[in-house]
Amino acid sequence: MKVAVCIKRVPDMDLRFAIGSDGKALDPAGLKFDIADFDGYAVEAGLRLVEQAGAGEVVVVSVGPAAVQETLRKALGMGATRAIQLEAAAIPFDGMAVAAALAAELKDGGFDLVLFGRMATDSANQTVGPMTAHLMGVPCVTAISKLDVADGRGTAERQLEGAAETVTFPLPAVVTIDEGLGRPRLPSLKGIMAAKKKPLDVRPAQLGTASLTVDHIALPPDRPPGRIIGEGADAVPELIRLLQTEAKVL
Amino acid sequence: MANAFTGVDFYDMDSLLSEEERAVRDTVRAWVEEHLMPVIGEAYIEGEFPKQLIPGMAELGFFGANLPEEYGCAGLNNVAYGLIMQELERGDSGIRSFASVQGALVMYPIYAFGSEEQKKHWLPRLAAGTDIGCFGLTEPDYGSNPGGMITTARETKDGWLLNGAKMWITNGSQATVSIIWAKTGSVDDTKSIRGFIVPADTKGYTAKDQKGKLSLRASDTSEIVLQDCLVPRDAILPKSGGIKSPLMCLTQARYGIAWGGIGAAMACYDEALSYSRERVMFGKPIGQTQLQQSRLADMLTEITKAQLLTLQLGRLKDAGTMIPDQVSLAKRNNINMACEAAREARRLLGANGILAEYHSMRHMANLESVYTYEGTHDMHTLILGQAVTGLSAF
Repeated sequence: MKVAVCIKRVPDMDLRFAIGSDGKALDPAGLKFDIADFDGYAVEAGLRLVEQAGAGEVVVVSVGPAAVQETLRKALGMGATRAIQLEAAAIPFDGMAVAAALAAELKDGGFDLVLFGRMATDSANQTVGPMTAHLMGVPCVTAISKLDVADGRGTAERQLEGAAETVTFPLPAVVTIDEGLGRPRLPSLKGIMAAKKKPLDVRPAQLGTASLTVDHIALPPDRPPGRIIGEGADAVPELIRLLQTEAKVL
Repeated sequence: MANAFTGVDFYDMDSLLSEEERAVRDTVRAWVEEHLMPVIGEAYIEGEFPKQLIPGMAELGFFGANLPEEYGCAGLNNVAYGLIMQELERGDSGIRSFASVQGALVMYPIYAFGSEEQKKHWLPRLAAGTDIGCFGLTEPDYGSNPGGMITTARETKDGWLLNGAKMWITNGSQATVSIIWAKTGSVDDTKSIRGFIVPADTKGYTAKDQKGKLSLRASDTSEIVLQDCLVPRDAILPKSGGIKSPLMCLTQARYGIAWGGIGAAMACYDEALSYSRERVMFGKPIGQTQLQQSRLADMLTEITKAQLLTLQLGRLKDAGTMIPDQVSLAKRNNINMACEAAREARRLLGANGILAEYHSMRHMANLESVYTYEGTHDMHTLILGQAVTGLSAF
């Protein structure tokens, strides 16, 4: 079982952050970076697949500047076999630019599965996985919560609104991972030490053409303050009117 | 509930840490958040060490993490080891104490004073948490003066016969193996102090919980009695010799405690800061009042000073130039600082501060033990006094 897991280095969005002076990106001051949440689940899924198969390798791949090596080493610390950095001055916003680089790297790699998180927690585009699959000419199943592999075929479950869908597909394939497959393991202390000795290859990213650019980003507006419309039963008609006309929930 | 703990880093300490040191810190921090924080309040109230956490801690490599890989340990440097202690004590001093004892007071003496056979037998099992250790030095009448101990080890044709009593022994009741320090010569001969590896199932060895603690309630503290406890001849730690040997172990443990104090203080500061932003009194958050800002500014300042001082201590330890007096300074400063931070945080929290739902009062009560154990604050004062004057006052 040979699995590639494509991971993205993203800022931790739980911390306080500000928008940079150009209005097009976050202010890097004070940001902490980590592997994107769903990509962590994808690494875990890859590790489990290879552990269950009893043999094989998990190769983690990331596009971006030298800083992504830290993110790759985290995945190596979790247990991935080796890592590839596709070097680019910055991580492109346009998924097609990233997908082209990944497909060029992975298409002749002999991978049974190429895993992605279902979306990056910073850009939330959900495009790179499907685009990479298209460029590689292999099937793509998105946002799966369960995955089994046997006899050259995969069976995946997807959670829909109020239903679960099971799909089957031939390997090789691209699969994007939702949370259901198991929480990402923490890198053990021995794993962290071992990661330093595992192979991490750096190659120039063959980025595709980027058609999208971020025009500007803005923080959501502050919530308006609450207001008191009256007290007791007398206030009920006004409350109902506002719930119908303003909040539009009745 | 509060957001996940993200540390206190006013002076960009992260930039002084290597990637690997940060990664270790992050693993322990995430483990504490996910596994320890949900259970610690109840464990503390119940007065139970959360034993169920031991396998997870062992699997991630928290025990004896600065000892070599060949013995099943992680082979980390001392700064990374210190960061483990910091993060564990961010959760609870009792949990950090458990790891300190296992690593610095049980695995370290076996590593430093043991034979190759002893190391190969015990260290991987202790690292894996399949054996739990404790350290028997302190006695009912000999705390700050361990050289006065009256526990004896007499060589017989069948092995070493141990007699005596040990008190305030962390992990004592749950330990499967104990490092017992005893005199092989007369009671006034401190040079005759040697260490022994004593399995807890040895006949004549008994451990009993010390009840009624108002501090370190999620930690096992016990009394150990050795009554004609016979261990084989090869139970002695061959390279141990004199009071210096257990004191070397204590230097290791105190080094970790110095880091731990920062963790406890960070937890209290973080809680106080978060509470001060949310708690509204007189129509504004209490964080907008000068008195509470003064508390927060003092806590932040002292934490930041302790971080820088302790990191340098770690760098000296990694360079092999650290001296025990420097550890005394850090233990004394950091635990006193943490005691103050915990008390001020508890006060800032008002009435809520006395609830187990919040953490500051638990830390406050724990830290009173940490202030007293591993060299009391006062003893470290005297050690520093001796270091600078050349004159001993004890």
